[in-house]
Amino acid sequence: MQWEVVIGLEIHTQLATQSKIFSGSATTFGSEPNTQASLIDLGMPGVLPVLNEEAVRMACMFGLAIDAEIGEHNVFARKNYFYPDLPKGYQISQMELPIVGKGYLDIALEDGTVKRIGITRAHLEEDAGKSLHEDFSGATGIDLNRAGTPLLEIVSEPEMRSAKEAVAYVKAIHALVRYLGICDGNMAEGSLRCDCNVSIRPKGQVEFGTRCEIKNVNSFRFIEKAINTEVQRQIELIEDGGRVIQETRLYDPNKDETRSMRSKEEANDYRYFPDPDLLPVVIEPAFLDAIRATLPELPPQKRERFQSQFGLSAYDANVLASSREQADYFEQVVGVCGDAKLAANWVMVELGSLLNKLGLEIDQAPVSAAQLGGMLQRILDNTISGKIAKVVFEKMAAGEGDADQIIEAEGLKQVTDTGAIEKVLDEVLAANAEQVEQYRAADEAKRGKMFGFFVGQAMKASKGKANPQQVNQLLKSKLEG
Amino acid sequence: MHQLTLAEIARGLADKAFSAEELTRTLLARIQQLDPQINSFISVTEDLALDQARAADARRAGGETGALLGAPIAHKDLFCTQGVRTSCGSKMLDNFVSPYDATVVSKLAEAGMVTLGKTNMDEFAMGSANESSHYGAVKNPWNLEHVPGGSSGGSAAAVAARLLPATTGTDTGGSIRQPAALTNLTGLKPTYGRVSRWGMIAYASSLDQGGPLARTAEDCALLLQAMAGFDAKDSTSIDEPVPDYSAPLNASLQGLRIGLPKEYFGAGLDPRIADLIQASVKELEKLGAVVKQISLPNMQHAIPAYYVIAPAEASSNLSRFDGVRFGYRCEDPKDLTDLYKRSRGEGFGPEVQRRIMVGAYALSAGYYDAYYLQAQKIRRLIKNDFMAAFEEVDVILGPTTPNPAWKLGAKNSDPVAAYLEDVYTITANLAGLPGLSMPAGFVDGLPVGVQLLAPYFQEGRLLNVAHRYQQVTDWHTRAPTGF
Repeated sequence: MQWEVVIGLEIHTQLATQSKIFSGSATTFGSEPNTQASLIDLGMPGVLPVLNEEAVRMACMFGLAIDAEIGEHNVFARKNYFYPDLPKGYQISQMELPIVGKGYLDIALEDGTVKRIGITRAHLEEDAGKSLHEDFSGATGIDLNRAGTPLLEIVSEPEMRSAKEAVAYVKAIHALVRYLGICDGNMAEGSLRCDCNVSIRPKGQVEFGTRCEIKNVNSFRFIEKAINTEVQRQIELIEDGGRVIQETRLYDPNKDETRSMRSKEEANDYRYFPDPDLLPVVIEPAFLDAIRATLPELPPQKRERFQSQFGLSAYDANVLASSREQADYFEQVVGVCGDAKLAANWVMVELGSLLNKLGLEIDQAPVSAAQLGGMLQRILDNTISGKIAKVVFEKMAAGEGDADQIIEAEGLKQVTDTGAIEKVLDEVLAANAEQVEQYRAADEAKRGKMFGFFVGQAMKASKGKANPQQVNQLLKSKLEG
Repeated sequence: MHQLTLAEIARGLADKAFSAEELTRTLLARIQQLDPQINSFISVTEDLALDQARAADARRAGGETGALLGAPIAHKDLFCTQGVRTSCGSKMLDNFVSPYDATVVSKLAEAGMVTLGKTNMDEFAMGSANESSHYGAVKNPWNLEHVPGGSSGGSAAAVAARLLPATTGTDTGGSIRQPAALTNLTGLKPTYGRVSRWGMIAYASSLDQGGPLARTAEDCALLLQAMAGFDAKDSTSIDEPVPDYSAPLNASLQGLRIGLPKEYFGAGLDPRIADLIQASVKELEKLGAVVKQISLPNMQHAIPAYYVIAPAEASSNLSRFDGVRFGYRCEDPKDLTDLYKRSRGEGFGPEVQRRIMVGAYALSAGYYDAYYLQAQKIRRLIKNDFMAAFEEVDVILGPTTPNPAWKLGAKNSDPVAAYLEDVYTITANLAGLPGLSMPAGFVDGLPVGVQLLAPYFQEGRLLNVAHRYQQVTDWHTRAPTGF
């Protein structure tokens, strides 16, 4: 049987507000337990929530970015359930009237094609605290620092058809919220968490199969593995004559398996109702206009522009546009050197591997965009070769100065004086007379291979500084003279 | 000194006839002497009171004036008071010492009021007899075998017994007006959003409103002046200027249009109360008011709607009392579920548990549309009835309660009978309107109240009508024997 995979995602993004969604407490990650929990976060008797306008603004930014309808009149509701790290016994969320309605996001797939994923809704809610099971024998510690942190829960349509598509979508959301500056995207700290709804159906069938929800998957890699593992489980289950039960499951990355958490029957009745402590939020058109005016260029548009304006491949455009910092860096390099393809290569390959090695983000790069652009100029005006450039780049990364200073100080300027190159070549040919004889006796095919040897010797003799094109040209005429 | 009204105390303090400290000591002694008979206080804050009294005297010596500077007050025990137990009349919060002040508490403290203590109440403000308190029933000073009404029963009984001139209360379905009526006081429930709910432990958030209980409309005006106002900490508080409530007290009632809803005078109303209400209407007519019969056709749906909405909100509001962070925790919980079940089962009394159950049921999947949504629709209809009525009249007048205070324990076995006592008061909460109850006479030696309702933010009009009425009647000046 051919199976089709159907995936819908719920992504919780912590909004990067200074304070919590309904209290004035700070939202900094990693503070001492319960030092960022006010009376309101503790759910003290008599306290009341007051909505943080910044959280509303950020949700609207997201809504505009995905071309969604913004809920002009949206309502906070209480989701009632008991849990020790949920201080009030209910979570303030949105149910019937969310702030962001139907929208979409175009995501770039690995093969360069673009797929449009529908977004059902996005709503504001407060995060819960954390239960700490370690360090407490026979008891559970409660840390309410996180309680009340604003979340935007982004719910997709079930329109992804593979784990890879799901990951591409999460990456696109990740990039988008970072572009907008509304979420730091730090998945290790839980700033962006993902629930995956997974089902399968025979290829060609219209009705959906029964889905399972895998809760709280916290990295791109785990999302892919968790979905694939769950899909495999469902296929095996059905092919063995069983059936999928709607339930919530947890992914265990150590064992690479998903485990049942609770079935639909055990699911809470959350008894949602509009929160009487909060009035409906009315969003004025002027408020939206002001936000619209501040929206940056977003990844899909940037991706297209990189292709049309700079002639980059779809793949390169997608990689470069995947983060705002990287795209900005790239454009600055192009601005200095004027050659987009060269800039794209250097940013993606040399800079990328340097950052990788150092474990740094691009905004912490030891070589600035201006420095890199300056160096690429020197390649383009033949001052240095691409090979020497790698040496210069390393020295720039080590903080030895700009490309021009390094080229000057290290004497790396490319030799383009024909006389000087000829002198080097004559020495090389003289020192390798035997090879010269062989070359001259050989046929075209063999000569091709042997030619490289002489080029290598010549570059070595010139300490890499001889202009490679000139070396090629002059060598050819000398050998075949 | 204990016979003085707030306004008289203000004059006495201003004239230096007595100091705040002398007054405070007198009243504290009176509370100690007489309260055991009526059980109106849960906590008496003697040290705090004396500190505040001395501070008020010092402020006055420093040239400060202010009608409430040095005047006594006691708060219903659901207003959070920093450093003081705030119990909500419940075992659940018997050990809860609030880390902060409710806005009402801090505003009255800033005005220089002296807090004598925290008054008894129905557990979590659920009740209309003040019999569901963990600290025991409150007794009506007019007849110690009768209830004082509720849920602000302690606040009402304390003032009626002349233990102090005024108290704060809250009104979710009549909890200020009904006890005021049953103890011969003037009690005002302001417009929803007029008084901040910050620090006022919630029963039903969309209905709860704090307000004053005192002997006169004049005193209610003084207190409301200090209690009212926008509070950024309460999202449902309304940013509307606070008028001078004392200035229009003596305004003429000439031409005032009073509406008598025919539904308020039907079956279920004690005919002796009906007569007293008619008599109060006559007095107002003598003052120039014109009377008109009106109709509030959806009133009959108010009680069912209220007893869905209030318990629904309560079931959620009271979820935070889970034994985890504060309040009562059961002994030796076996696991988390046991902790929840026993802490809540042992910490909450039967009426609170009943309303939580009713509310959780009304919000459950499959019942929400039939109960909660339906109740909200009724709420809109009731509001529309009032809006239409206020096109024709300036105030609406009727009885506050269908019966005078009943005997302690008389309705314990029949909660619905007790719920029906709220029939005239509940609509103002559902619509968010201001309402006032004032003394209108006696039946069998027990006080009867007349209720006035006005359009949004027309508390001044209610106080004006009540004050003019109190200028020509003396019901409100009568004191119970022995107090």
